[in-house]
Parts: sequence; structure tokens; C-alpha cells
Amino acid sequence: MSHYLDISHISIEFPTKNGPFKALDKVDLKIARGEFISLIGHSGCGKSTVLNIVAGLYQATEGAVVLESKEVNEPGPDRAVVFQNHSLFPWLTVYENVELAVKQVFKGKKNKAEIRDWVAHNLELVHMSHALHKYPAEISGGMKQRVGIARALAMEPKVLLMDEPFGALDALTRAHLQDALMEIQAELNNTVILITHDVDEAVLLSDRIVMMTNGPAASVGDILSIDLPRPRDRLALADSPDYNHYRAEVLTFLHQKQAKPDVPIVAKSATATPADAADTDQKLDKVVGA
Amino acid sequence: MFKQNALHYLNLAGFKWMIPVVKLAMWDNPREQGAEIARQIGLPIVAILLFLAMWSTGAAKVVTSLGTLPGPGAVVEAGQSLWQEHKAERQKAEAFYERQHKRNEAKLAKNPDAEVKIRPYTGKPTYLDQIVTSLKTVFTGFLVASVIAIPIGVACGLSPLLNTAISPIIQVLKPVSPLAWLPLVTMVVSALYVSDDPMMPKSFVNSAITVTLCCMWPTLINTAMGVANIDKDLINVGRVIQLGWMTQVRKIAIPASLPMIFTGLRISLGIGWMVLIAAEMLAQNPGLGKFVWDEFQNGSSESLARIMFAVITIGLIGFILDSMMQSLHKLVAHDDAVS
Repeated sequence: MSHYLDISHISIEFPTKNGPFKALDKVDLKIARGEFISLIGHSGCGKSTVLNIVAGLYQATEGAVVLESKEVNEPGPDRAVVFQNHSLFPWLTVYENVELAVKQVFKGKKNKAEIRDWVAHNLELVHMSHALHKYPAEISGGMKQRVGIARALAMEPKVLLMDEPFGALDALTRAHLQDALMEIQAELNNTVILITHDVDEAVLLSDRIVMMTNGPAASVGDILSIDLPRPRDRLALADSPDYNHYRAEVLTFLHQKQAKPDVPIVAKSATATPADAADTDQKLDKVVGA
Repeated sequence: MFKQNALHYLNLAGFKWMIPVVKLAMWDNPREQGAEIARQIGLPIVAILLFLAMWSTGAAKVVTSLGTLPGPGAVVEAGQSLWQEHKAERQKAEAFYERQHKRNEAKLAKNPDAEVKIRPYTGKPTYLDQIVTSLKTVFTGFLVASVIAIPIGVACGLSPLLNTAISPIIQVLKPVSPLAWLPLVTMVVSALYVSDDPMMPKSFVNSAITVTLCCMWPTLINTAMGVANIDKDLINVGRVIQLGWMTQVRKIAIPASLPMIFTGLRISLGIGWMVLIAAEMLAQNPGLGKFVWDEFQNGSSESLARIMFAVITIGLIGFILDSMMQSLHKLVAHDDAVS
């Protein structure tokens, strides 16, 4: 049987001064259409690398990513990415940021009026219609990330890739955005891969949680199906034994099976630059230090 | 709303010191504004007065072959006399054209088919003419430098290989003094710029090219650095939406590095203005540099005061050019939020 998105035995090696460094070893994952998957693991385990390979920003050394029976080799709007640090163009307004992507992706397919409506519609989805003509510097971090999500959704991706999209936000804002994302998900039923280091976020949002082993040569450790009914409500779930059971399982995996006695769990700083470059650096440091 | 806008534009235009004055005029917390005015305007005035006092007492003690060094008073007088000379020269020019006009009219009255000509006035350039010449020269040189430096800078920023390749050349050419360039430029221009009816005088071309050679480097280096250090995620966004290479440069690389490019341009214009005076002295381009040189050669009792007046003019114009570039820089900088 063919899967919607098939991440098939991918490995990746980065060249370093001390020879090649294997970051991922045969990561294998099949994802169905409309499924919401979270990738969770310790810092530096290569979660972001998996995402970047699916996005086409990195090339796997071995294995392949197949989306709807077509191999993925380069970046494209059918695999839109929401980056950790919103990555909005600071010289464009909220509207123009989304418009730039829409114009490029639907070149020749939508006319001017349709483009305008489509941009407005997607910003409406993330409740940002009130700030269309503000610049990114004029809106809060949470709002920027909403716009980043709108930009990705506007590309009508087959798979939405989210790289710790809420990692740089405070807890309350993060909760708001998680709720917003669940609302959108209920409406659009996108296929989503979410990178996170937040256990609650993973359990609340996902259909399945993919737990990754520690790098180097990280791979899929365990997969946990979350059979909680939707729509999910964070308050109701807080007391639910099922929810707490799932939570406990993820925590056990992270802190017992894959505990890292030698490396303290590094909290991602809010200002961290490209998450993924930082991840790789950490990995390289560890390899060199070992 | 109006007030916020007004204050914002004052800040943008580099008139930050005007802000408390405007606020005071609107009676917005007058006591605080008073203190702010005393600090922002009062302190510089005190410093200037002190400087003038030191200058006039110090200058009086230095006796040169052209008399004692002029104090502030003599310099102001020199400025006034330059202004009078300018007005007198303009009147002469007007009178000259007036006479021609009358003569031509008389000629036409006698014979309606007569050919009449207006001959241009060829008096010597006044101080204001020289300022205008200097500004034209510096902007020509600066413009040419920018047109060369920005594209090369963008290319260097995009390609680390190219950057590594030409970086040594840039590092060696960057510190060369305009005085070293000028003889070479003069010879090359004499050899290549041959025309019976040249659009621009050679002295102008020589000075402008010297300015170009000296002031293109900061723009080039800053542009390259700006482009090379664009947030990787922004570039990845471009890759995900599959922008073409040129669009990527036009819509992402250049806007993202615009603040750095403008920092470079600002430094370049400053250097260009500094270099220009030396270039004009040697190239005999009829601008402020030539003015200083001619006064020095002239050696009259007024010369030193006139040179000092020129020094102050050069400084003031340099300051204005810099504030102008700073305002432009603030306009394109996208990181600081509009308060």
C-alpha cells in the first residue's frame, strides 16, 4: 500500500573536519493524508534535520522522501514551512508578506482579485485581519507567528511543516496559538509535521507522536498514537487520565529511555537563530568533544 | 496623531534636538522640556562659546608671514566679503546680459532679419559657484562609485568564492590616498578623454574619478557583508516558494541588506567629501579645494581668514551631507519599530 507521505529510510551525513558526521540513521516514517504528526526528542537529536529533508532544503545521503508517489528533491510550496522565528520579511507589511508567497505560488493561476481575496482569507483564518498594513516590527511575536502560519497555509501545501513554531513564545501566547492551530486543523484537515520539545503541545495537537532517539545517528525510537477525541479542550484534558497517561509515556521515553546524563537538556532560547543550524552545531560540538 | 507624526519626522530628519522645542510649543510637560532644551541645545552652545574664546585668544598669539592668525571676528568678516563679492559679480553678469539684450534689440529694430547672439558671461566663479561645483563633483564621483560598488558588493555577498577571490585586491586598494591616485587618473583621463567639445572639463572628471576610487570601498564592503549575513530562514522562504535567482536577489537579498548598504553609502559619502578637497587642489577643479589653494598661493592679508571660512564651510557641508544620509538610513532601516 502506498502512503501519502513516505519518509523512507533516510540517513544524512554532514561533512566535518573530522570526517563525515552521521546525524540521522535510517529514519522511517509513513504518514497518512490529514494526519497530524509531532516529532519530539532532545535538542540536537536531528528533528529539524528530518523536517528540512522533507522540505527539500537538505538532501538525504541515503533513502528518499516520497510525497504522493513523487520523490522530493528540492524545496517547493507543496511542503510549506513555518519557521521558528517567523521569518517574515521586515520590509513588507503583513499583507505583502503573504501576498509575495501567493503571487509566486499561484502565478498564472489566480487573477489579481483572486490573489487579493486569497491573501485576505488566509489572514482571516489566523485572525490577523486587523493588522494587514502593519509591519512585522509593529506586531507582537505571537502575531508574527500567526502571519507565518497564514503565509504557509496560503500556499495550499500538501504537507505543512512546522519547525518549533511556538518555541519562542511565552506560555500563554503559545496556548492561544495552539488553540488557533487546532481550529484551523479542524477546518482544513491538513497533513502536518510539527517539531516540538514541548510534551503538552505534542499530546494536545497530535494524532501520533514520533519520539526520536538521541543523536548522533538518531532514528525513530517509538511512535505513540494519541486516541483522544477531537475537538480537544486543554482545560478538560488537564484532568483526563488518558491525557495524563500519554503525557507520562512521552516523558518516560524522554527522561528514562533516552536520558542524556552527559548533556543537560538545553532550553531553546527565544532568540535562537535558525534552529537547525544551532542543532547541527551542538551535534558537531558533541562529536568533537567525545 | 499630528503631533506624533511631526515628532517622528523630526527624528527621521535628524532634528532630534528640535523635539523638546516642539513639545514645549505644544505645552507638553513644560518643565521637563525646559530641562531637555537646556541639555540638548544649551550644552552645545556653551561648548561652542568656549571654543570660540579659546580660538580668539590662541590665534592672536600666532604671528605668521601673513599677519596674526585670524580670530572668529575676522573669519565672519571674510565670509561677509565673500558674499559681497558674490553679489557684485552677479550684478556684473546681469549688467552684461542687459547690455547684450539692448544691443540686440537695437540691431533687430534696424534690421528684423539680423542674426543675434547671446554670449555667455565669463567672469570668475564666486564662492557660492565654487561650493556648487564641489557638490556636483562629489555627487558625480559618489554616484559612479555607488553604481559600481553596490552590484559588485551584492555579487561578493552572494558568492563566497568571488568574495575570497577579490578581497585582497579590495584590501590593498582601499587605503590608497587620493593624492596618489590623482596623477594616474590625470594621465589616464588625458589619454582617453579626448574630444574637441568636451561635455565636462577635464579637471572635473579627474576630481570626480578620484573621489570614486577612494569612496567606493566602504559601500562595496558593507553591501557584501549585508548580503552575506542575511537571515538564512529568509532565504529558505524564498527557496520554498521557488523564487527565481534574480527575483531572489531583487526581492530578498537587496531589501534585506538595504540598511547595511546605506551604512556603507554614508561612510562613502563622508570619505568622498574629504577626498574631494585634496583632489580639487591638485586637479584645479574650480571648487572649494581650488579656492583654498588659490588663497594660499595668493597670500594676501585676508587669505588666512578666507581659508578658515572655507574650512568651516567644508565642515558644515560635510555635516549636512552626513545628516542627510543618516535620515535616508533611518528611512530604510526596518528593524527599529515606529514608536
